[in-house]
Amino acid sequence: MIVATLHSIVQDGVDALSLGSTYALYALGIALVFSVMRLINFAHGELITAGAMTMFLLVGVPFVALLGIVLVVVVALALLTERVAFRPVRDASPATLLVTSFAVSYLLQSLAVVIFGSTPRTVDIAGGLTGSFTVGGIEIGKLDALTIGLTAALLVGLALFLARTSIGVQMRAAAEDFQMARLVGVRANRVIAISFALSGLLAAIAAFLLLVQTASVTPTMGITPVLIAFIATVIGGMGSLQGAVLGGMLIGIATVVLQVALPVELRPYRDAFVFAVVLGVLVLRPGGLIVARSTITRI
Amino acid sequence: MSLLEVRDLVVRYGRVPALHEVSLEVNEGEAVAIVGPNGAGKTTLLSAIAGVVAAAAGSIAYDGRNLHGNSPEAIVRRGIGLVPEGRHIFGSLTVAENLRLGMTVRRDREQARRDLAATLDRFPILRVLHDTQASRLSGGEQQQLAIARALLASPRLLLLDEPSLGLAPLVINLVFEVLGELRGRGVTILLVEQNVARATAFATRSHLMCGGRIEPLPETVDGEAAAGALLAGAYLGTGEAR
Repeated sequence: MIVATLHSIVQDGVDALSLGSTYALYALGIALVFSVMRLINFAHGELITAGAMTMFLLVGVPFVALLGIVLVVVVALALLTERVAFRPVRDASPATLLVTSFAVSYLLQSLAVVIFGSTPRTVDIAGGLTGSFTVGGIEIGKLDALTIGLTAALLVGLALFLARTSIGVQMRAAAEDFQMARLVGVRANRVIAISFALSGLLAAIAAFLLLVQTASVTPTMGITPVLIAFIATVIGGMGSLQGAVLGGMLIGIATVVLQVALPVELRPYRDAFVFAVVLGVLVLRPGGLIVARSTITRI
Repeated sequence: MSLLEVRDLVVRYGRVPALHEVSLEVNEGEAVAIVGPNGAGKTTLLSAIAGVVAAAAGSIAYDGRNLHGNSPEAIVRRGIGLVPEGRHIFGSLTVAENLRLGMTVRRDREQARRDLAATLDRFPILRVLHDTQASRLSGGEQQQLAIARALLASPRLLLLDEPSLGLAPLVINLVFEVLGELRGRGVTILLVEQNVARATAFATRSHLMCGGRIEPLPETVDGEAAAGALLAGAYLGTGEAR
């Protein structure tokens, strides 16, 4: 009995970690751009959609090549949106930036409908990942293991990039005080473009995981991830990358815990309880879990 | 020829004018001080030169070329460094990372490394605190870091905004000692200060800013009384400053 309960807890822990990792991945894509540009990029969801659609189009191409092509396509699209839509309004008010991001999001969604139609398309790009394996009597989904492993590797890679490379240090400086960073010679265009490229990279990986999970592509499939990402970055602390990861993990873990802990008749309202947790966090810490260093404007 | 030439510069924040046709020349190797009360427009003038705020009218030329349309990072690359009021060090980064950022514009890696060693000799406390998060530094240590960071870009013209503000007298002495050393090495300095006595004693020429306008302070001994009257007018509002 005790062993069975323990197994069940570990099993749920793996599920929670997997979902939390996925949400952290979504949130990090939003937070990377926000930290240097103060832009909440709602078009990040369409980058995920673009990745999934590219994979749908390339079914049959060898797996590694397919992943490579998707990465290039999504990163290129992220850079294109930055250059064409966001750079011209970079110095505008936060409201203008927000409206621009909605406009880009709707434009890309509409484009996806024109090209693919609005009917969901099913696709199986990595059927081998849908099974599970057993470790010490605990059944672990291959996709869960991949999601947790991939997210951990990405977080470590990103942390090393930000800490050890010259451009990483410049990005951290720009995230803390963008204007002062420019005053020591950090190139604004370069730092912002790299942030978009990295968020594109994360979107491509999120698209892959989402597609393996759902095996379905729709023009609006990016909306839910971007909403979760936005909420995660808010409760994590806008502008803080660690906060975004923490926020994503918290929402994912809360979702799984509530799914398990709630009485059966209340489970359909699980998301309402998740958002009650979110609300509770914001009431206790209005600035988010990790408050990013504010930028002083008078220079 | 002037290294820096500001002509009839007008800056507005929305509809509020901050600078009224300000003109100023700084020659190569000079140390020019600008003094004046709070809200006089001193910080705005430095911000305009550094490319942070846009001019509504007038021009700023550096080394004979107009700076109009240049981004702040392009202006740093042209040889103008700024030590802003309030230091603006990157608090979440270590002292070493802040110094590394100062060298962002350097292409002469070997020389930059030698300059870093020399800078750490000049500010030994930064060597001690090398791996410390910058937000943990005291005000004086942060000011030394801000100056060191600006120097590592190897600027020809160094803009300093209130470098002595909020510092202990001993640290102020160190700051002015370093500035004197820089002037001796031929670095041109434009210093904005509220500490009138230290600024005017340090500078080769001084200007008074008040209400967004600028005028030179008399340099001769005979002019001392007139300078005193101008300063009293600006700070106390007795109407002597034009």
